[in-house]
Amino acid sequence: MIRLEGVGLHYTQGTSPGPEVLRDLTFVIPEGGFRWLLGPSGAGKSSLLRLLHLAVRPTRGRLSLLDSDVGGAGRRDLALLRRRIGMVFQDFRLLPHLAAFDNVALPLRLAGQPEGQVRADVTEMLRWVGLGKKLDARPAQLSGGEQQRVAIARAVVSRPHVLLADEPTGNLDDGQAERLMMLLKEMNRLGTTVIVATHNDGLVARHPGQALRLDHGRLVEHG
Amino acid sequence: MAGWWSMARRRGADDLGLSRALGDRTLLGVVAAMTFLAALAVAGSVGASALAQRWQGGAGAVLTVQVPRPSTPAADAAGVTRLDRVVAILGGTPGIASARPLDEAELSDLLRPWLGSGTGRLSLPLPAVIDVRLAGAGPDLAVLATRLETAAPGTTPESHGVWVRRLAALARSLEACAWLALALVAGIAAAVIGVATRAGLAQRRDAIEIVHGLGATDSYIAGRFAARTTRLAAIGAGCGAVTALPVFLVLADLAAPFAPGARPAGPAAGDPVLAWLGVLPVPLWIALLALPAAAALIGYATTRATVGSWLRQLP
Repeated sequence: MIRLEGVGLHYTQGTSPGPEVLRDLTFVIPEGGFRWLLGPSGAGKSSLLRLLHLAVRPTRGRLSLLDSDVGGAGRRDLALLRRRIGMVFQDFRLLPHLAAFDNVALPLRLAGQPEGQVRADVTEMLRWVGLGKKLDARPAQLSGGEQQRVAIARAVVSRPHVLLADEPTGNLDDGQAERLMMLLKEMNRLGTTVIVATHNDGLVARHPGQALRLDHGRLVEHG
Repeated sequence: MAGWWSMARRRGADDLGLSRALGDRTLLGVVAAMTFLAALAVAGSVGASALAQRWQGGAGAVLTVQVPRPSTPAADAAGVTRLDRVVAILGGTPGIASARPLDEAELSDLLRPWLGSGTGRLSLPLPAVIDVRLAGAGPDLAVLATRLETAAPGTTPESHGVWVRRLAALARSLEACAWLALALVAGIAAAVIGVATRAGLAQRRDAIEIVHGLGATDSYIAGRFAARTTRLAAIGAGCGAVTALPVFLVLADLAAPFAPGARPAGPAAGDPVLAWLGVLPVPLWIALLALPAAAALIGYATTRATVGSWLRQLP
């Protein structure tokens, strides 16, 4: 379950706090829920995803994620919590010096999974996203769409409890985008809470579901 | 086979790309140079310590007594020569372990630097010289001198204690300086490793943030950095220690005449390995082995602390 109560967030500019990018957010997403995250550019979608990915802590209010109070959690607890959250970034955020295989294997290795199991899971996942023959390719040797698929494989390979995606179809063709949506819905069906930020109205129309709509950092619609 | 190798290679994958961020050559070279200096400081300390012990335990426990006209009768006892009387007094004085008059050959050896060989042919009235070994703190020299003067006027006891104490103090000062130099070298090595680690952190910030976001703990990230700097520090220090070895051997060879008995004797002298190991004092061999371990420890501790502190800027 994800629960926000009066959450606000601002980034610091030098030593002084900048303007709030998220304001008074209060909502609950039950375990296994699916939400579109909508809103114009600058509405705070990416900041909310960063908050839910525990890349930043709320500057006010209370955030509870997977039964843990983020505000009071220790650094190690937060790290262990992050392992249960998958994130697909808009800019992929792959490690350029690692092959596709090793990029996808990272979450499993961090979780201490045996190498034999890592090999099986990663190979299967990369095959599933259509990169079974590019295990050893580095990100620079892959197209934008292929890099996006590696990023998706890395986000889902550890079967996270929460999956966050920031414009995950931005670099995919329609066929790949539909395939990705199938994957997200299948994971959601198996119990993963999924939140997808997108500008793609067509995608939302083809896969209707509940939405969180932000505007100027405030939640203006939830349903 | 290829699959196994591929898996093994991947298991040890450099996920943070530290092989690019923490360059081998610079850190290796600096640590090697620091270790070389540390080895010299240790050698200085060991040498100064040995000299201080030797002086304090050797010359400091010796008294030389000169008896002019040794064969003439003593002033305070009939039928006894001055030499025998002085030896008897010395033998009965508490704080004196032994008193042995030097024989003619030993006296000639002693005078050879000044008078050349063949002093026996000279018709100089040479005094007798008594080699006195002290026990514990030794006797009260003023009292002893008075007693000897009464028995054999002109007899002079000469203590080496004062200048030996000064030399020992000098040696201890040198030893302290060597330890200070060692501490400075360790401090500079820690600072260099800290700077290199911070440069590596700045260079790999993106990779660290990604791995951090995937659930890496501070301990994991710090451990990756520490593993690399520890390895580089140990290898660099090993090179520095190996480089110091020939210098030690040359210095030991130069110092050998001043430290008789330092070379192995008995069964060890016949064993080439033991004989070779005996070329250097045991503390120096221990230091040569301990320096890479100490460098590795400094590298590990410095890196863990630096990375741990840096990571606190991440949530």
